[in-house]
Amino acid sequence: METILEVKNLGKTFPIRNFIGRTKGGVSAVDRVSFSLGAQGTLGIVGESGCGKSTLARLLMRLIEPDTGEVNYRDRNILSLSGGPLKEVRRQIQMVFQNPYSSLDPQMTVLDNVAFSLWANGSGKAEARQAAYEYLDAVGLSRTHADRMPGSLSGGQRQRVAIARALILKPEIVIADEAVSALDKSVQAQVLNLFQDLKKEFALSLIFISHDLHVVEYMSDEVMVMYLGRVVEKGPTERIFGNPAHPYTRALLASAPSLDVEHAGSGAPALAGELPSPLNPPSGCRFRTRCPLATERCARETPALTEVGPGHQAACLLIEESKSA
Amino acid sequence: MTELLKIDNLVTEFSIQKKRVSAVRGVSLQVRKGKTLVILGESGSGKSVMLRSILNLKPAGARISGSIKLGEEELLTKSPKEMEGIRGNRIAMIFQDALSALDPLYRVGEQIVETIAAHRKIGKAEAKSQVAELLGKVGIPSPEERMRAFPHEMSGGMRQRAVIAMALACKPDLLLADEPTTALDVTIQAQILRLFKEIQAEYGMSIVLVTHDIGVAAEMADDIAVMYAGKIVEYGRARQILSAPAHPYTVGLIEATPKRGQKGKLSAIPGQPPLITAMPEGCSFADRCPMARSSCREVTPAFTHYGEAHIAACYLLEEEQPVAQ
Repeated sequence: METILEVKNLGKTFPIRNFIGRTKGGVSAVDRVSFSLGAQGTLGIVGESGCGKSTLARLLMRLIEPDTGEVNYRDRNILSLSGGPLKEVRRQIQMVFQNPYSSLDPQMTVLDNVAFSLWANGSGKAEARQAAYEYLDAVGLSRTHADRMPGSLSGGQRQRVAIARALILKPEIVIADEAVSALDKSVQAQVLNLFQDLKKEFALSLIFISHDLHVVEYMSDEVMVMYLGRVVEKGPTERIFGNPAHPYTRALLASAPSLDVEHAGSGAPALAGELPSPLNPPSGCRFRTRCPLATERCARETPALTEVGPGHQAACLLIEESKSA
Repeated sequence: MTELLKIDNLVTEFSIQKKRVSAVRGVSLQVRKGKTLVILGESGSGKSVMLRSILNLKPAGARISGSIKLGEEELLTKSPKEMEGIRGNRIAMIFQDALSALDPLYRVGEQIVETIAAHRKIGKAEAKSQVAELLGKVGIPSPEERMRAFPHEMSGGMRQRAVIAMALACKPDLLLADEPTTALDVTIQAQILRLFKEIQAEYGMSIVLVTHDIGVAAEMADDIAVMYAGKIVEYGRARQILSAPAHPYTVGLIEATPKRGQKGKLSAIPGQPPLITAMPEGCSFADRCPMARSSCREVTPAFTHYGEAHIAACYLLEEEQPVAQ
């Protein structure tokens, strides 16, 4: 599969300032993240709050400037672009956010909300509105919805508008950041199906970010698991869910409530303790404070991603050890 | 008697723009002693309003009618003063957002002492030692120290533990929990759900848990009541409802949730729930139901019994299984 987006060693630390504005430390939000997205593939990014998944999405769009690393879109490093070329690349990567109540302009009609991205990029009003009708149709909203205000739409309908607005610029890559998390289950399934259909219809590559393991598994070809700013495991979806290697991935899978009545409530919670503060992340492996298998070495050394199967990597010293043994 | 709480034909009405609308439209339920009843429903189904109605918590102008019996006592005819003696004492409630359930200006320990002192004459030193014991019981490490913490100094999971400790302070017979884990990460959710089970085993209390998450329902419930548009559409033992759902809405809800290893299209429920201000005649699910026919839109279906304790309100089921009881 052809690679459309390649990310190398991306990192971002947000400075913490004291009351006179002097930097007194930093939050390492994203640390040495690398991955590649295949053309027309779907990469799922999963992790708990504070793991850096949303920061990562914003770094890819350059909504936040990264400290280190490269983001190569079709062999051009986005981070070295500026002006016209950057604008051009940004058109190709669009984002759908979690909250459709704040991402749409409440003062504009649904149609204009969608057409707006074309106006902003220099199209004529009439032409943009014509295109907006087409895209509203593609996401399953009728002409009667087009003249309404976003306030009169339900959450699911608003999210459809947000998707139409992302697609109207004909992007190659869509980043969906918790795009279905605020929706009810019955409506969530409609929007997930819509993503699948649109992906085929418009030949999109998708980065699908969610905390919901079931949704990520359903949507993705490849999955990347993050913990406190670092990638702990990545690989093909079937391998991550069928044969997870990292203790964190295993715990995450065990924590997700299952629909299986027979096994409900069996056993203790997979993970004790809480997420450490990202202000002061643990040394070595950042997961070690909650890891049931952690040893002394985990505090000293930072594990690197090691191959544990075809296209499947995990960052854990125990795996490294068992491989070299 | 095995029922602790018996709700009969509960109706909760509000006025919206001078029109009377019902958020809860005739709900009848029983909560068994020492068991957990899960109310499963989507946003706007009236599940939270119903839960609040049990404690007579309502906005000005709202009207609650029907019958709510705690043991032999009718709660709806109690004076506000009498209800104060029941709230927090015999029936305690936990809300979704633990941060807003705690007063940001008081130390967590003081707030729990206050709850105990509101219902019992108790010395300061004794109250303090009880609070420390409670905080320890809900899994807060070094409770004596954490008593002096302000809510903002605690993580989301810890705050929810503190709120649970507060709810347990007077050893209630009934614990009402409104989406208590929805704002938490899955690994923390697993810990809190586990905690609910432990305290239930220890105190023998009944729990009514409101959630939109079928996974949480499967994990926690002895009984499940599925709520849609202000009504119960299906009610019975959890195992039966999850393994052999009868109502088309319950079936749709379960199928709309991606399962492990599922690919291909999700079977979404089309459309969205009706608005509270424009409830359709007849079965309120008819407009989204794949099996609806004209009679469904005329008269509201009654409950059909399935064996011992499983009922569903649907015409098609009435026909399939004429009279089971």
